[in-house]
Amino acid sequence: MNKADDVFGLAAEFESHIDLLRAAEKSYEQGYRKMDAYTPFPIEGLAEALGKRNRVPLMALIGGIIGGAGAYYMMWYANVVSYPINIGGRPLHSWPAFIPITFELTVLCAGLTAFFGSLGTCGLPKPYHPMFNLTEFERASQDRFFLCIEAHDAIFEPTKTREFLQGLNPVRVTEVPK
Amino acid sequence: MKEEQIQKTSASSASSAVKENISPLGYPTNLFTGQPSFQRVNETIGSVVLRDRQPRPWWIGFIIAFTLLMILFLAISWLLIRGVGVWGINIPVAWGYAIVNFVWWIGIAHAGTFISAILLLMFQHWRTAINRFSEAMTLFAIACAGMFPLLHLGRPWVFYWLFPYPDTMKMWPQFRSPLVWDVFAVGTYFTVSLLFWYLGLVPDLATVRDRARKKWQKIFYGVLALGWRNSAAHWQRHQIAYLLLAALATPLVLSVHSVVSLDFSVAQLPGWHSTIFPPYFVAGAIYSGFAMVITIVIPVRKIYRLESLITLRHFNNMANVMLVTGLIVAYGYFIEAFMSWYSGDIFEQYMMTNRAFGPYGWIFWLLMLVNVLIPQALWSARVRRNLIALFLVALSINLGMWLERFVIVITSLHRDFVPSSWGMFFPTIWDWATLFGSVGLFLTLLFLFIRFLPMIAISETRELVAEPEKAMTL
Repeated sequence: MNKADDVFGLAAEFESHIDLLRAAEKSYEQGYRKMDAYTPFPIEGLAEALGKRNRVPLMALIGGIIGGAGAYYMMWYANVVSYPINIGGRPLHSWPAFIPITFELTVLCAGLTAFFGSLGTCGLPKPYHPMFNLTEFERASQDRFFLCIEAHDAIFEPTKTREFLQGLNPVRVTEVPK
Repeated sequence: MKEEQIQKTSASSASSAVKENISPLGYPTNLFTGQPSFQRVNETIGSVVLRDRQPRPWWIGFIIAFTLLMILFLAISWLLIRGVGVWGINIPVAWGYAIVNFVWWIGIAHAGTFISAILLLMFQHWRTAINRFSEAMTLFAIACAGMFPLLHLGRPWVFYWLFPYPDTMKMWPQFRSPLVWDVFAVGTYFTVSLLFWYLGLVPDLATVRDRARKKWQKIFYGVLALGWRNSAAHWQRHQIAYLLLAALATPLVLSVHSVVSLDFSVAQLPGWHSTIFPPYFVAGAIYSGFAMVITIVIPVRKIYRLESLITLRHFNNMANVMLVTGLIVAYGYFIEAFMSWYSGDIFEQYMMTNRAFGPYGWIFWLLMLVNVLIPQALWSARVRRNLIALFLVALSINLGMWLERFVIVITSLHRDFVPSSWGMFFPTIWDWATLFGSVGLFLTLLFLFIRFLPMIAISETRELVAEPEKAMTL
């Protein structure tokens, strides 16, 4: 039991993204849920195969709506309520002139939420993570593909999971210390 | 198991043979000449920033750029000591070089966004080799551009009055003025470009971090990479955020220069008050931006031996974009002249006559030569694929787009409705020092970028190695 506490998970290393994708699908079928894959470039369908969800688009949409509505409200408040000036008899609430800034702030706020939303849902910045203990892990950013089943998964079982991963045709299976 | 591996390697060599082919439109599709591999991509791009010694041309270029930057600091210091009177501006020509340079730089910025955002959304994978570089160019060009209106304020240290914030004066910016729109347009443009650029950089910074062997490099790139670990969940969110930022940056390409053009066209001045300005400014912006990308990429590619990544196909495509946008710009010039005649308005008609035959007439004809006539050489495929010729055409367009803004700003202002208020504008040495100094700022930042950050998107290039069919989108 004590041993299992020191283990973050079991990592299988693959040579190509096609092998990895197949392995990810099989692991999900097998019932593993707490797992992640590490790849040198984005692979279409991989996160979905692992059952990862993505809320960034919704966050960006909300951010954009708040930005746009806020910008328009700010200009209306400034020009109509707080500081009304009559310029050549033009209406105080001259909405066409408010459109450019409404647009710009919609884009700005949506962009900011997309950026910080994606970092936030990834848990970044995070200088330390157990995966970095893996000696070969440097190659995840270069030319190797990893699949790690984490020890806190409901059906994780050191020997059985290792056997299962071996069956997926990896280069090697390594234990990741915590 | 052995057998399967052999099959795998033979499958991958078969797919790399696809790459040597010609695409349906007749372009060579070899994004990477020779046998591409992940290691070669990592090596070629990642090693540049980890190398201790930089090639001699880098040092020569950096020293020149840094000298120009010092001239800029000198010019700005003198400006802050004495005020905007050190420039040649006066009444009636109150806008002078500051606004000419502002519009020129902000235009140059546009190609970066165009290349990275619009081409990304259109699945033009050939952009991979040049997008990072042009995004960096965008950022530095906006930095140069943003500096000019601030310096032109007269009291740059109270620039924050431009922003809506609860101040003790109980005042608000005038939201009905295009000049305030500009603050938001340029501010948003800079911020979104920065986020887009940095988000794209993060995975590559992680690659460099993992390749680094020296301590300072590990710390420097480690901090910048934010702990990126290439996980599927990271990639998923990264990709969608990157796509969203691209989709958000795309309308900015159209909106920023449109808003800049409204600074002019909302005014009543003949030569400014024209509805063609927004589209004509946007086309001009992309035109000048691509010219600047070409001007810089040609020497960089040579110095860093990136011929296998940035191919003649890239230059050919960029030259085609220049040709199209250049024709739109030429159409804009024509319509300006036509409308001033067709309007029947004597002030508009005089503006055009004065523009072509007045005291600044020679600049107008020089503009026609370098911005309309010379770029027609791009119709020839031989010019588009000859780097020296292309470089010269790009230089000509850079000059031409600056002259265009000079013509619009100066010749329109110096003679408006009432002859008693006419005047002339002559630039002073400080005008020139600020202009060339801003080039120094731009180039210094660019040289530091090349030295310290991966200038080609490594992860996207790896993706092209793994899925070579993507390199064949043209």
